[in-house]
Amino acid sequence: MPDTPILLREQQYHQIKAVLARLRMDAAAKVIFLVDKDGQEIAVQGEVGNLDTTSLASLAAGNVAATGGMAQLIGEKEFPTLSHEGQRESIHISVIGRLLLVVVFDDRSSLGLVKLRSKQVSQQLSLMIEEIESADNHDLESPFAGITDADIDSLFN
Amino acid sequence: MTFINYASREINCKIVYYGPGLCGKTTNLQYIFDSTAPQARGKLISLATETDRTLFFDFMPLELGTVRGFKTRFHLYTVPGQVFYDASRKLILKGVDGVVFVADSQEERMDANIESLYNLDENLRAQGYDPEKIPYVLQLNKRDLPNVLPLEEITAELRRNGEPVIEAVASSGPGVFDTLKAVAKQVLTELRKG
Repeated sequence: MPDTPILLREQQYHQIKAVLARLRMDAAAKVIFLVDKDGQEIAVQGEVGNLDTTSLASLAAGNVAATGGMAQLIGEKEFPTLSHEGQRESIHISVIGRLLLVVVFDDRSSLGLVKLRSKQVSQQLSLMIEEIESADNHDLESPFAGITDADIDSLFN
Repeated sequence: MTFINYASREINCKIVYYGPGLCGKTTNLQYIFDSTAPQARGKLISLATETDRTLFFDFMPLELGTVRGFKTRFHLYTVPGQVFYDASRKLILKGVDGVVFVADSQEERMDANIESLYNLDENLRAQGYDPEKIPYVLQLNKRDLPNVLPLEEITAELRRNGEPVIEAVASSGPGVFDTLKAVAKQVLTELRKG
């Protein structure tokens, strides 16, 4: 079955942001993203500036999906981490269940340090994600529960 | 897969444009990109070959506005239409909330349309979706060309289950936003159901 929708409560969102902020400091990284495997940005922390975070999230997911497809062709389940090293800026991606932890860093850090710190928070993020997925969200009123056809039409006017 | 963030009050949904090679999927996105205010959309990312054939996907985020205080954003994707890129098409369908099938109305492309439609059905099922239940719109593109099949004939051939059928000319715009609206409406109606 397709994955269930992710419903992120305010408190959970701030908890995730706090974990990403700490990772950013520990890994001396520029920007940290948490993205789902379908390309949706869940949270971002760091020097975003003019960075197009939505496109980066989508491309990171596409990247992991493509390399995951290659992994399966050679008999692996998936490649749990991916790294791309540029002249100045680099990216490290770790797969954590249905989410991706994307770390953007430059020469103030190193791939080794980013790998180590990413691995250290993976377990913690994994538990948080499990909690989010298994949460009983019946008390959360869907913002669309009372939406009318006129509301939908108004989006296109 | 819909993502609702109660902290930033945002809802994100994923729409995929599917169809045979050269039917106009990328052209649909390009038209939406060109006709939308820059503050309502992000970049149009196109992973294409040197000859502008889609290699992996095109992607464009589009913000439609606010519903009940929640920013509503649609992530629009296209798949590569060429038959041998099937592995990529499967990946892009992951987490989809709504599908637009862009058919090429030219008579000589009917076999390609049918093959692609069959492929969509197969790939949706492979991802665990019921193709009968997913928000879905059939767009009949290239209606301005001389060798197109009559509307009734092509509809009878390609329509699956009472879905909206929209005639379009993606290169100049007719039908492009009607298609997007028709699929977005179904996605939002699904969300209303919960």
